[in-house]
Amino acid sequence: MSQFSQQPPSQQPPSQQPPSQQPPSQQKAERIIDKLLAEIKSTFNLNVKAESERRGYVELNDPSILLKLGEFLKEKGLDHLKSITGIDYPDQKKLAIVYHLSSYENPDLASLILIVKTYVPYEAPEIDSVYSIWPSSWTFERETYEMLGITFRGHPDLRLMFLPEDFEGVFPLRKSFKVRQEGLFIDKQA
Amino acid sequence: MTSRPEELLPEGGMGVEVVPVSGELNVGPQHPGAGHMRILVKLNGDIIEDVDLDVGYVHRSVEKLCENRNYIHLIPLVERPAILDSIHMNLGYILAVEKILGVQAPERAQYLRSFSAEVNRIASHLYGLGILTVFLGHSTGFMWGFGDREVWVEILQALTGARVTNSYIIPGGVRRDLGGAIIEMTNKALDYTERKLKDWKSMVLNNPVIRARLENVGVMSRENAVRWGAVGPNLRGSGVYYDVRKMEPYAAYDKLDFEIPVYKEGDGFARTLVRFEEIEQSMKMIRQILKEIPEGPILTDRFLNQIPPTRRKKWLEEQRRVVFPGYYASFRPPKGEATSMVEAGRGELLYYVISDGSAHPYRVRMITPSYRLIYVFKELVKGSRYADLVSIYGSLDYFPPEADR
Repeated sequence: MSQFSQQPPSQQPPSQQPPSQQPPSQQKAERIIDKLLAEIKSTFNLNVKAESERRGYVELNDPSILLKLGEFLKEKGLDHLKSITGIDYPDQKKLAIVYHLSSYENPDLASLILIVKTYVPYEAPEIDSVYSIWPSSWTFERETYEMLGITFRGHPDLRLMFLPEDFEGVFPLRKSFKVRQEGLFIDKQA
Repeated sequence: MTSRPEELLPEGGMGVEVVPVSGELNVGPQHPGAGHMRILVKLNGDIIEDVDLDVGYVHRSVEKLCENRNYIHLIPLVERPAILDSIHMNLGYILAVEKILGVQAPERAQYLRSFSAEVNRIASHLYGLGILTVFLGHSTGFMWGFGDREVWVEILQALTGARVTNSYIIPGGVRRDLGGAIIEMTNKALDYTERKLKDWKSMVLNNPVIRARLENVGVMSRENAVRWGAVGPNLRGSGVYYDVRKMEPYAAYDKLDFEIPVYKEGDGFARTLVRFEEIEQSMKMIRQILKEIPEGPILTDRFLNQIPPTRRKKWLEEQRRVVFPGYYASFRPPKGEATSMVEAGRGELLYYVISDGSAHPYRVRMITPSYRLIYVFKELVKGSRYADLVSIYGSLDYFPPEADR
């Protein structure tokens, strides 16, 4: 799991296995997460991984199909966008954007979280906004914009939210922004 | 000044000329109804056309500070955003850390986690009801809310040593054990609150003024609640059956018997009723926990064995407290990431913790229920009357420090 999450394979060719290799009907005690991930894999040819029956990972190396994937997932019943997280990887000169998806209405899907990861390079930190699919992304995208400098194309109101005006162009959640720490002193008992 | 004002006023002082006024109004950040948040209201007469929420007055940059501190030092930090709901803030973070560490708390600690969480939920809901009622000009409800909350806060103090910001839950277990005196206190508090809830019903919930200000005000339809991403009592007040305690049971919730109150009206009164009935459900759970809590250790054996035997005897066996093993000071969990969810007082709370193998987390993402409310509130007040702004604000139980983090 750590390899999958921390060291994303930069340009690995997507696996070419035909999706019909393991028909869902032949699996024993089929989990919902496996079925969902298999559908994503067969439709979009993405790297997928089920960590447990409650957590599934999807890796999206090409962020341009994000909206297509989003619409597909919304149609499947994942109507609850739990979070959008931006992560800075300065050594690889890129930013990760992580979407946590789940469902309100579908009780089977509500007990799992699908984690979609995608990456944008430092040179062009831009990605499509998913506001048209999940309007609740309004807050998440605005915060990720101000904290990491990722521009979400199509967001209706991309301004600073929490930060004061003089933080324009300064991105506090990037690793290059250092917080000055005071030393910790402990008196030794005699 | 003339002694005959009708000479100055048109039509003998009886007619009122209505001039439609539109413009912007600043509510807050000092207004008691806004509390650490400025609401820029765009009005057309009395109708709110749009609002712009200027949040961030109590932003503490918790996510950035998390990258600079050891895992154990983060417990007091992550519970700071919602001090009146700190057990949940603490619990969600610890669940994520435990997943990365690969430890699990023993049975008794799980029950104690649920116990403290439910006590905290009651205190948090009573606080919310108190704030809502004072927004609506019902001072009695305000006094009652804060007074009745006190008995539950006292229990938390007896159990954890602090009224708020308890830092009670630690990786692998909890910090202190439940004793006979606390059980007695809790039984008294249950009886007292049961009696008081009857008064609440007659004086607050069935109060015609409260009902007039809440019923059919700030109606959030089921579709809108889902689209805007509402969570917690606000979502359940709109008819969606969604509660993390049922969807992804943590602590001892899979063994507890409770119901999720759901109302389909979606107005402020429905949201208030959901909170009110959750207090009753929490009390039911606390009774069950006191009856069924198993005996056993309160910290997982892996950490328990690291405490030197003399200290273990002095603190754990005599005082029933955990003294921290040295491992806690700067442990380095394996590489990995974990997502955890808990149902906090105001709704679903999500933590996403990424470890790169060092003593500090690489990234901590904290999505609090009030943070999600920013968008809900912005959309919900559109089209309502200006006088209802505080009523909607209060019925959503928005807590600005929790939203800003």
